[in-house]
Amino acid sequence: MAKIIVITSGKGGVGKTTTSASFATGLAQRGYKTVVIDFDVGLRNLDLLMNCERRVVYDFINVIKNEATLNQALIKDKRIDNLYILPASQTRDKDALTKEGVEKILQELSATYDYILCDSPAGIEKGALLALYFADEAIIVTNPEVSSVRDSDRILGILQSKSKRAELGKEPIKEHLLLTRYAPDRVERGEMLSVEDVRDILSIPLLGIIPESTSVLSASNEGCPVIWDQSSTAGLAYKDAINRFLGENIEHRFILPEKKSFLRRMFGGLSA
Amino acid sequence: MITDDTLTIVEPCFQLKGSRLPFTLLELLYYDYAEFNQRLEALVKQAPGFFRETPLVISLEKLDNQHPPIDFIELTEICRAYGVHPIAIKGGSDIQQLTALVAGLPSIPANPTQKLAKLNFDLVNTEQPRSTVRQFSRQDTARTDIDIANNKRASLATKLISKPVRSGQQIYAANADLIVLASVSAGAEILADGNIHVYGTLRGRALAGIKGNTDSRIFCQCLEAELLSIAGRYKLNDDLRDVHWQMPIQAYLVGTQLRISPLVE
Repeated sequence: MAKIIVITSGKGGVGKTTTSASFATGLAQRGYKTVVIDFDVGLRNLDLLMNCERRVVYDFINVIKNEATLNQALIKDKRIDNLYILPASQTRDKDALTKEGVEKILQELSATYDYILCDSPAGIEKGALLALYFADEAIIVTNPEVSSVRDSDRILGILQSKSKRAELGKEPIKEHLLLTRYAPDRVERGEMLSVEDVRDILSIPLLGIIPESTSVLSASNEGCPVIWDQSSTAGLAYKDAINRFLGENIEHRFILPEKKSFLRRMFGGLSA
Repeated sequence: MITDDTLTIVEPCFQLKGSRLPFTLLELLYYDYAEFNQRLEALVKQAPGFFRETPLVISLEKLDNQHPPIDFIELTEICRAYGVHPIAIKGGSDIQQLTALVAGLPSIPANPTQKLAKLNFDLVNTEQPRSTVRQFSRQDTARTDIDIANNKRASLATKLISKPVRSGQQIYAANADLIVLASVSAGAEILADGNIHVYGTLRGRALAGIKGNTDSRIFCQCLEAELLSIAGRYKLNDDLRDVHWQMPIQAYLVGTQLRISPLVE
């Protein structure tokens, strides 16, 4: 029986797809058979971030509409075994997603996979609601700024009221906070909410802090999830988050600003 | 308690009478801030004389039952900006009536004459010969004490929420006090007919005594609220920021004034 994880945020552009790509890769690296589903029908991106856009033949909607089998639509990742991608449709609209269709696919995948990741679209419309409906656990991707925190809070409310677990009165969805694009120096200058501010408002367990890093953008453009780049702070932070997710007790890092060496301070000062 | 000094009134200073006053009815089919604003502006432009400081009753009878709660504070503000003054609502679901009441708009009952007839009857019944008032005073006081005791017993119900109240969620404790053991997020709304206690941080909107119980209070461990209201008297975030911000407070009514004071002096 697979565990279903939704990667969600409410707000757009906070790093849901980046997180989905790295998280799926990280779980596969640890040996778990993982599939990641792009729920963003009409605005699909996950295939780009995982560099499989040229191999998309059939998609999620085709499978829902019985125009293709699940095996025809699943794309195997080229970098690692155990990882599959189910791309969203770029041409159909969100109304093509149905609760029954999604449930059928999740059930089928459940039989053979360890983890099913659902990459939610932004907003609280149908696509986002269906992405979270069947979830066992949720990763709430949040940027350290007020509007993102507010939207995450809204999503947490929806997880607790509109998910299948909530409707059936079962044990609630397990919630994890993933703080992305964190810039400690900007926090220190008071331009950004701190980890403590966000934890205080959302009051859910902190899974990880992904520092703002230029390597995230270049990883996206190259179509190689940033977790592969273990020379970058963001890549390391995702690896930590995976290990924590799997039950290891690892201290949070990248919370404090980097100590600049004497030389860097000198040249930093000159160039500024 | 009634003392002898207060019993020198000779004539009652007012009396209630049933009436059928003509009011313009604004029939709301659905509510959308921008659209409402636009349409009202257009109407007022057409007939500016008609709308000059006019009282208005807002009818919700044509409103869909599933319509989300309307922000009547916002709606009233738009109306006032154009010189129209909503004074009450007519019809609507319970939750609409409740939110309207909080905004200071009571609901006109479906059959107003019945209620007034009953009121008149009650007034006649309690009227007593003026000369005997002194003798009755002690008895009256005793009866009031019993009434208060009964009321207290009736209002013991409590609704307990142990999880955070998230943005977009609304919790209403009908005929009860509300206790929240966690925080109330910005964008969340908690309402109670009785008192409200929040043991986390109160960042959202809290409305106590929404059916008009002026004795109800709001208690919270950390005040960062968007709005506090007791029996329809409210203070917005801007007014709350000045004093006791982020402190444990209680809010209560003194007359018609909403007061905020530290929880521990």
